[in-house]
Amino acid sequence: MAKKSSLSPALVARTLIAWAVTLLVFFPLGWLFLTAFKTELQAIAVPPELFFTPTLENFHEVQERSDYLLYAKNSLVTSVLSTLLGLAIAAPAAYSMAFFRSPRTRDILMWMLSTKMMPAVGALVPIYVLAQKSALLDTQLGLIIVFTLSNLPIMVWMLYSGFKDIPPEILEAARMDGATLWQEFRHLLLPLGLGVLASTGLLCLVLSWNEAFWSLNLSSAKAGTLATLIASYSSPEGLFWAKLSAASLMAIAPIIVFGWFSQKQLVQGLTFGAVK
Amino acid sequence: MNRLMPRLLMTPAVATLFLWMIVPLVMTIYFSVIRYNLMQPDQTGFVGLANYEFFVTDPSFTVSVVNTLLLLGSVIVITVLGGIALALLIDEPFPGRGLVRLLLIAPFFVMPTVNALLWKHMMMNPIYGVLAQVWLFFGATPVDWLTDWPLWSVIVMVAWQWLPFATLIFMTALQSLNREQLEAAQMDGANYLQRLRFMVLPHLGRSIAVVIMIEMIFLMSVFAEIYTTTGGGPGDASTNVAFLIFKQALLNFDAGVASAGALFAVLLANVAAVFMIRLVGKNLD
Repeated sequence: MAKKSSLSPALVARTLIAWAVTLLVFFPLGWLFLTAFKTELQAIAVPPELFFTPTLENFHEVQERSDYLLYAKNSLVTSVLSTLLGLAIAAPAAYSMAFFRSPRTRDILMWMLSTKMMPAVGALVPIYVLAQKSALLDTQLGLIIVFTLSNLPIMVWMLYSGFKDIPPEILEAARMDGATLWQEFRHLLLPLGLGVLASTGLLCLVLSWNEAFWSLNLSSAKAGTLATLIASYSSPEGLFWAKLSAASLMAIAPIIVFGWFSQKQLVQGLTFGAVK
Repeated sequence: MNRLMPRLLMTPAVATLFLWMIVPLVMTIYFSVIRYNLMQPDQTGFVGLANYEFFVTDPSFTVSVVNTLLLLGSVIVITVLGGIALALLIDEPFPGRGLVRLLLIAPFFVMPTVNALLWKHMMMNPIYGVLAQVWLFFGATPVDWLTDWPLWSVIVMVAWQWLPFATLIFMTALQSLNREQLEAAQMDGANYLQRLRFMVLPHLGRSIAVVIMIEMIFLMSVFAEIYTTTGGGPGDASTNVAFLIFKQALLNFDAGVASAGALFAVLLANVAAVFMIRLVGKNLD
C-alpha cells in the first residue's frame, strides 16, 4: 500500500472491486468456518450472529459420534495410493504419446477423455456387482482401483501436454548414446518433467479426496472416506448446522490447506498446455 | 528402443481403461435387453427394445436432456465470462493480490457433498439462510430457492465450484501475454475494448477451449450436488440424465430401464466427444 506515488484512482478502484468480488466468492466458506464454532442455536439465529463466543463443542461431538480419524485415514490412504498408482500407469503412456506420435495418438487421447464423460451412474450396477463378487466392496483397495481408473484419462492428458514441452532432441541424443529406457526416464524425463508430474499428482490427490459418487456407493463403515462421513450428516431437517459445519470443515480443511501450499505448482499443470 | 516399445508403454493405460469401459458396457447392454427389476427377481427374460422404448418415451426423459444441456451450458458461460473478467481484474498488482488468489481458489478444493449441503442449508434455506436474511434486509420476500428455482440453484453451486478453476487458468494465460505489444497498441490509440477484442481474447483462445473441454468432461454427469439438495425435484425440474438413470436404478429398482438409459448416456457422451474434438482437438497437437 505504501508505494510512493502509485495510489492512483484506477488502483484504488481495482483493489476495491477485486476485494469485493473475492469476499463474495469466498463468503460461503467463511460462513461455514464461523458456523462450525457456534452453538446450534446461534447457527440458526435470526438475524445471524456475527459476534459470538466460539465453542469447540461441535468438533468433540463429530469425533465422538463418528470416528473422524478413521474416515480421514481412509481418505488419505485411498487418495495417496490411487495417485501413485495412476502416475505409474499414466506416465509411460503419456511418454509414449508425446515422443512417439502416431496418426492415432489424438484419437486414443480423445477416446480416453470420452470415457470420463459418461455418467458414472451408468456403470454403477455392473461395477457394484463386480466389486461384490471379488470381495472388494467396502475395502480401501476397491476404492483405490476405482479412483485410479476414473482419474486416468485426465492424468494421461495432463502428463502428455506437459511432456510435449520437453524438447525431443534431448531424449533422442541420449538414446543415440545408448541410454536404456530406464536411464532415459531416471536422468532426463524425471528431472525435466518433474513439474508436470507434481501438478498431475496434486490434481489427482484433490480429485480423489473429493470423490463422492463411488465412495458413497462402494464403501460404508470400514473403508468410508470423508465424503461419506459428510453425507451421513445430511439429516432431512438439516437443523444441526453447527455440527454439519464442523464435520465439513474437518473434511475440507486438510485438502484446502494442502491446495493453498501447492497452488503455484498445481496451476502450472492445470493449463493443459493451453499456455505456451 | 525398438518399434514395439512405445506401444508396450501405452498398454497398461489403454488396457485398463478399455476394461473399465468395455466390461460394464457389455454387462449394461445385456441388462438393457432383459427384464431386470431388483424387486421382482423371479421375472426374467428377453424383452428386446422395450426398456429403451420405456426410457425414451418417459416424459422425464426430454426434460432431463434439456436440463443436462442447460446445466452444462449455463455453467460454462458463467465460468468462462466470469473467469475472464476476474482474471483481468487481478492480472495487475494491487494490495493483497496474493491473498485474493488464495481465497479465490478455495471453492475448487471443496468436495461436492460439502458444497451442496453448505448452499442448501446455510445459504439457501428460506427461513434461516443467509440469502433469506439479505432479502429481508432489503424488504423483499425471501425466495425458497430449491423449490422455486431448483435447476438454477444447482447451477449456482456448480458454477461457484468451477469459477475459481476458470479464473486460475485465464490468469496463468494472461501472464504470458506480451505487455510491450499491448502498450504499443495503446500508444497507437487502441482503446481498452479494442485491445481486449483484438489482442487479449485471441491470446486466451486456447485456454478458453481447454476450460470448456474440462468442464464438459466433469459436468456432463453432475450428480452429488443434485442428490444432496433437490433430489432431482420438484418433479423433474432439476433432474439431469445421470440422475434420471440413478432414479430408475435405485428408486424404481428397474436395472433394465436404467441400463437402457445408461447406454443413451454413452451415446450422448460420444456426441459430446465428437463436438469436443472439433472444438479443441487441433489445440492438442
